[in-house]
Amino acid sequence: MNVAAPVTPTVEARNFSFWYGKKQALYDITLTMPPRSITALIGPSGCGKSTFLRSINRMNDTIPGARHEGSILLRERDVYARDMDVVHLRHRVGMVFQRWNPFPKSIYDNVAYGPRINSGLRGRELDEVVERSLRRAALWEEVKDRLRQSALSLSGGQQQRLCIARALANQPEVLLLDEPASALDPGSTQKIEQLLSELKSELAIVIVTHNLQQAGRVSDYTAFFYLGRLVECDDTARLFTTPREQQTEAYITGRFG
Amino acid sequence: MARRQRTALVSSLRRRKTGNVVMLALTYIAALLATLPLVFILFHLLRQGASTLTPDFFTNMPRPVGEAGGGMSNAIVGTLILIAIACAIGLPVGVGAGLYLAEKRAGALAMTVRFLSDVLNGLPSIVLGIFAWQFLVRPFGRFSALAGGIALGAMMIPLVTRTTEEMIRLVPNSLREAALALGYPRWRTSMSVILRTALPGIVTGALVAVARIAGETAPLLFTAFGNQFWSTSLDEPIAALPLQIFAYAISPYDEWHAQAWAGALVLIVIVLIISLAARHVTRARFGSATD
Repeated sequence: MNVAAPVTPTVEARNFSFWYGKKQALYDITLTMPPRSITALIGPSGCGKSTFLRSINRMNDTIPGARHEGSILLRERDVYARDMDVVHLRHRVGMVFQRWNPFPKSIYDNVAYGPRINSGLRGRELDEVVERSLRRAALWEEVKDRLRQSALSLSGGQQQRLCIARALANQPEVLLLDEPASALDPGSTQKIEQLLSELKSELAIVIVTHNLQQAGRVSDYTAFFYLGRLVECDDTARLFTTPREQQTEAYITGRFG
Repeated sequence: MARRQRTALVSSLRRRKTGNVVMLALTYIAALLATLPLVFILFHLLRQGASTLTPDFFTNMPRPVGEAGGGMSNAIVGTLILIAIACAIGLPVGVGAGLYLAEKRAGALAMTVRFLSDVLNGLPSIVLGIFAWQFLVRPFGRFSALAGGIALGAMMIPLVTRTTEEMIRLVPNSLREAALALGYPRWRTSMSVILRTALPGIVTGALVAVARIAGETAPLLFTAFGNQFWSTSLDEPIAALPLQIFAYAISPYDEWHAQAWAGALVLIVIVLIISLAARHVTRARFGSATD
């Protein structure tokens, strides 16, 4: 079930299981996510794909009663290891949420937030990081003349790209996206998909999506989750044309989910 | 058959309409009655106090009976000093406790603190005054501004704690997640994202608490005690508007009665201004919020 990747994977899950209290949400997931590629996680609601995504940067730590077994490796080091600093982990693994959540501050401050605190950047250097991040998120041209305005004055699609810029400002090695375009109009969705295709030359991207066409369009690899189990993971083109498992075929042809 | 049904419907409709009008009238009257005391008090205060309320009232000291004029400058300044002391104690403790309660929600300690804070909130203020006297006045053998301010501060704590907690809970969880996902340590997330987003609401809560304690008399009776003379030192008895009003109101002199009315008018205007400021801050908060 492993994707044949010639390089060491950026993120690799090994027999990873996860519980919310007594309820098991993930069963024995083994999955590799190669660098400079986009991996899409698909599956019906409640299949565990978001739980898995949030396990990579340990956002589930904040949930009382959460528990895991197995490991998730980031460049061959277990993110759940005792000596792994969760704050540092989250610098290296950026995250973008389904519902855009910019801080109620200026556009500039939203992007400057991470580098200012984490790397202590000030003045010109900080300006440069902000500009570079906004450019990488394909937002610079739209906001360069109003960086001091409130981030909440932007449109939904722009706010979501601002959230991507904010995550990129930390120079992450991995970018996790949890249904980033599910609440956006087609135009904004297209912009974000295009943006992801450009970004993958620099980092590994993992995206959870309900939209199968989207998975087909943007991703290199697709993993199909069902009831907390990883059913199948393959090259996106192959998974969509010749799935090995019957459940996968039923899902992608729209027979359930 | 159809006709009988229609007549029944018409009479039932008429009954319901009458019921509607009656209930509407009753709630209307209740709403009027609810504002009546304030209107009445304001009207009466203006009639009784306005003539005594000259600029002298704010700048002059009290004068002995029989002498015309005189004011309550010492009591006005005293009240401001007492409020400042109360804020210095009530705000940091209250905001800190509120932050803890909001972030720790269901912990055993949080539940206990929340309960005790509610109990403290319901404690009669005279009881607080007696305690302040026992621990802050008796050991030192003198009434003091500090003891009065601390008693008022203790009254503020539960008020500020609960409003802070409520306001922090209104901060969307998505903001908390955003900050954590950017690699913010927990404490930094709390301070720079959560507290800052909730700040206008917390300020409103603090102002409401100040308005509440500004007029308190009971906790000051055996702590700040009151002072006929000018004093701003913290370890001596200090004048306060409510105490001065009390002292003048129970005196047998007409001049002093007039002064008491004017003092009450000043006190109510101070509270009114604080309340208006609180509303303004609240409006600023909800005006700028988007979806």
